[in-house]
Amino acid sequence: MMARLFNALGGTFLAFFQYLGEVVLLAADTFRSIFTHKLRWKLFLDQIVEIGLLSQLVVVITGGFTGAVFSAQTFFQFNKIGMGSATGAVVSVAICRELGPVLTALMVAGRVGAAMSAEIGTMKVTEQIDALRALAVYPTDYLVVPRALAMMVSMPLLVAECIAVGIAAGYFIAIFMLEINGTYYMANMVRWTRNRDIIMGLSKAFCFGILIVFISCQKGLSAREGAVGVGRATTEAVVNSSLAVLICNFFLTMLLNIIYPAGYQ
Amino acid sequence: MIETSPQISATPSQDRPVNSMLTVRDLIKTIDGQEILRGVDLEVAHGETLAIIGRSGGGKSVLLKHLVGLMQPDAGEIWIEGQNITGLNERQLSAIRQKIGILFQGAALFDSMTVAENIAFPLREAGERDPNVLRENVRQMLDVVELEGQEEKMPVSLSGGMKKRVGLARSIIRRPKCVLYDEPTSGLDPVVADSINRLIRRLQKRLGMTSIVVTHDMKSAFDVANHIAYLHEGRIYFYGTPIQFQQTSDPILEDFLLGRSTEEREDKVET
Repeated sequence: MMARLFNALGGTFLAFFQYLGEVVLLAADTFRSIFTHKLRWKLFLDQIVEIGLLSQLVVVITGGFTGAVFSAQTFFQFNKIGMGSATGAVVSVAICRELGPVLTALMVAGRVGAAMSAEIGTMKVTEQIDALRALAVYPTDYLVVPRALAMMVSMPLLVAECIAVGIAAGYFIAIFMLEINGTYYMANMVRWTRNRDIIMGLSKAFCFGILIVFISCQKGLSAREGAVGVGRATTEAVVNSSLAVLICNFFLTMLLNIIYPAGYQ
Repeated sequence: MIETSPQISATPSQDRPVNSMLTVRDLIKTIDGQEILRGVDLEVAHGETLAIIGRSGGGKSVLLKHLVGLMQPDAGEIWIEGQNITGLNERQLSAIRQKIGILFQGAALFDSMTVAENIAFPLREAGERDPNVLRENVRQMLDVVELEGQEEKMPVSLSGGMKKRVGLARSIIRRPKCVLYDEPTSGLDPVVADSINRLIRRLQKRLGMTSIVVTHDMKSAFDVANHIAYLHEGRIYFYGTPIQFQQTSDPILEDFLLGRSTEEREDKVET
């Protein structure tokens, strides 16, 4: 009984590290390819459109409503102790450092990561990836490199957009619905929000983009067993990317806070 | 390799094969604990058409995928024009793969591209950018596979036979020395199947390509092949000409030839 339990635990443990290894090897192969092989510009631009342009609505809605509700909730609490005008500073710093990058990454994992995994997975089970290989085209060069580069470019821009929209929405709610004094709101916000808060958010965005793209592509490339396998790969890509974003967010926060400490200094 | 006698397994030589297009030596492959190939030996000369036949699930497609490096064997060697491809990595295999075209069982067309983009893909990837050159090559290939005027169609709107023709056009556009066909006539009606067989023969005659056809369609094998290799229980059980195959009295080969199940044979013996 115990032996079976340990066996199962050991198996799960090994499978997890094998999976982790596969993602890391794919990432290493992709970075090697980026620096040693020619980029397919058309595919790269197609992916910029897919990841960046077509995520606009999702990112604007996410940023806008998060900023609005966060502004309202912060005001409801702070107003009780007479600090309503500090709402702007809290909203701005929180969106820059946490809410912007994390929520954008979760939305992109759901929209783009799922699409990547499903597309590559379908190509895998219909032998299109074998066809690429047979036609002397290395799948990492053709499929993963354009997606990875497009993600590295798009994610920081999407997060910047999310931050801007979130702060703007928070401002409008605070000024026009909650009737906070606009001058104090802006003054506090500008005083407490530093460049390093924005840099921290964008650094996180870049890291989250890398996590999402490699987890999703690896899931697609390892899809098996037809339509069921593609469905499973897609689900796992979204779940694993989201979990990876949330877990890495903690460690990135602790690490980046050493480089870019929070607060007015 | 000795012809006609069943249970043939040519002794692997350690020499580098120089005259053949493709040589397989003692190929072994196990997948998920099941031994699929148990020591396959095969030699294919330049310009010949070899049909690899055998029962479904017997490892024919697995063998074919090894020939172009899409799968790596557990043991054994594969030589293409005197070069051992076993153990080469994906990038090293790219040069070898330019000599070989493959038609997949389901054609494996890129479903986000039109017919013309699919066919032009290998040339575009080889660096050809001139749209006129690409268009002319696509037109020529569509002419070869008798699908003129279908350039702008998407794969989803093609029939099974048309997909296989487009797949074939894509695999031969770079004029490979050897083309591998994985079940080229499966799922097609007899008339379309016959036109695919004619196409394979025409490619051999017009372009002098070596062809390896994996099939369980005996008519197709007899129509196109110079030699037939029967894969049975992971080994080449028979190698010979189509006529030698038809004249065999070996019960296993007879069963396959006549489409007879083992039970039917046993019933006949009893009566």
